[in-house]
Amino acid sequence: MASSRDDFVIAIRSAFLKKSYQQKFSLLTLIFLSFIIIILGSFNFKAIQYIKIGINEVVYRSSFIVSIPENYFKNLNIKIEEHMNLYNQFKKIEIELKNLKEKKLSNDFLVLENNKLRELINETVQSEDMYAKVLVDKDSPYLKSIILNKGSKNNVKIGMAIVDNSYLVGKIIEVNYTNSRALLLSDLNSKIPVLLEPLDIHAVVSGTGKNHGVIEYTKDEYDQKIEGKEIIVYTSGYGGLFKPGLPVGKMIAEDKIKKNVVNFFSDFRQLDYVKIVSYDIGSGN
Amino acid sequence: MSSLNKNTLIRSLLFYLPVFFLFLSVLNEIDFNYLEIKYFSFNFAYILIFYWTLKNPRYLSYGSIFLAGLINDVVVGIPIGASSFCYLLICAVTAYLRNITITPNFINDWISLAFTILLVNSIQVISLDFIFSIEVNYLRYIINSGFTFILYPIFLFLFNILEKIIKIQKND
Repeated sequence: MASSRDDFVIAIRSAFLKKSYQQKFSLLTLIFLSFIIIILGSFNFKAIQYIKIGINEVVYRSSFIVSIPENYFKNLNIKIEEHMNLYNQFKKIEIELKNLKEKKLSNDFLVLENNKLRELINETVQSEDMYAKVLVDKDSPYLKSIILNKGSKNNVKIGMAIVDNSYLVGKIIEVNYTNSRALLLSDLNSKIPVLLEPLDIHAVVSGTGKNHGVIEYTKDEYDQKIEGKEIIVYTSGYGGLFKPGLPVGKMIAEDKIKKNVVNFFSDFRQLDYVKIVSYDIGSGN
Repeated sequence: MSSLNKNTLIRSLLFYLPVFFLFLSVLNEIDFNYLEIKYFSFNFAYILIFYWTLKNPRYLSYGSIFLAGLINDVVVGIPIGASSFCYLLICAVTAYLRNITITPNFINDWISLAFTILLVNSIQVISLDFIFSIEVNYLRYIINSGFTFILYPIFLFLFNILEKIIKIQKND
């Protein structure tokens, strides 16, 4: 009995402390080191933050380079699929374009009217934007995020909105010197205040970790109201982070189970270039 | 003379192939660990580390495993040090297994892998969910652990072939 315990202790000691073959560090040293890094990282220790920023700078660029071949094949696959569906897409787009042209006329009028009304109440929405390239869009279950090639060098700050064309995509959560990380709307931790139009209901869209979001925390019960309607989800502007009226996604209330599902307008898997935008909403009151 | 140099180069390249695979798997955008296929994913890095450190730790140094873990944390976006800790725990189990095993046996190794995956993933889930308050999908972890266990024999077969090639090159 004592002998088997001795064997166990010897095996454990040998496994952890012996620097076998060409190992430069013992296993125990490295395990301790990683444990210390985790602990210090959780307390936002300055040195660990600097190490992290340093690693980020190198790793994000390296990851972008390493992923070039597979991204080429991924894009090729998408292009082939698009070519296969060309005719169907053309017919669909032709109808959509006709409808949109009609809508644009009334929309132009509304924009003018809106601007006049803003002038009347002395409210201004100023925005600064810059284009950024998506370096890495690694899909992880912990974090739905993208790495952009603009950082503190380009005046990027935490909380800035990320927009794909005119659709909201996410916000900046981490800024390094030459790059930054943006949290996508689909992330589990993403929660943004929205407005369900045309019902005018305030709600919060939460990410699900998948490619869609869900409606949470509505002030009113909306189940009955959305029956058979197409609901467009816009940012409400609450919290002052995003400007009101940025299109987020669409709710299709045909399926009873998927009633609170928001299909985002932007396809987060195909982001190449995005716009980093900061808003300054001023009021004369 | 030139053929001698060429052989040395090929030998060194083959020797560093497991390290290359490890860094490629953590740096790549397409990760087997987070495939977009419903109910299918496996942890390639776990299999790779388990196999090569169990077989012969010369191929994968603990330092490079530690570094790969840090890179994985940065790319995936989890607290820095978490993956390194998990990877090194696998190394600890394999080092222990190497010390107590006289004759390696596939079934024993396979069962040990199941135990290791469960241990490492449990630690990761506990630390992410309870300490860092990062929401994790438990079902995904169970599926991931299952497939990592099931697919091990396939990778064992492939890695055995690779190891034979490395050994042949070394003996030439």
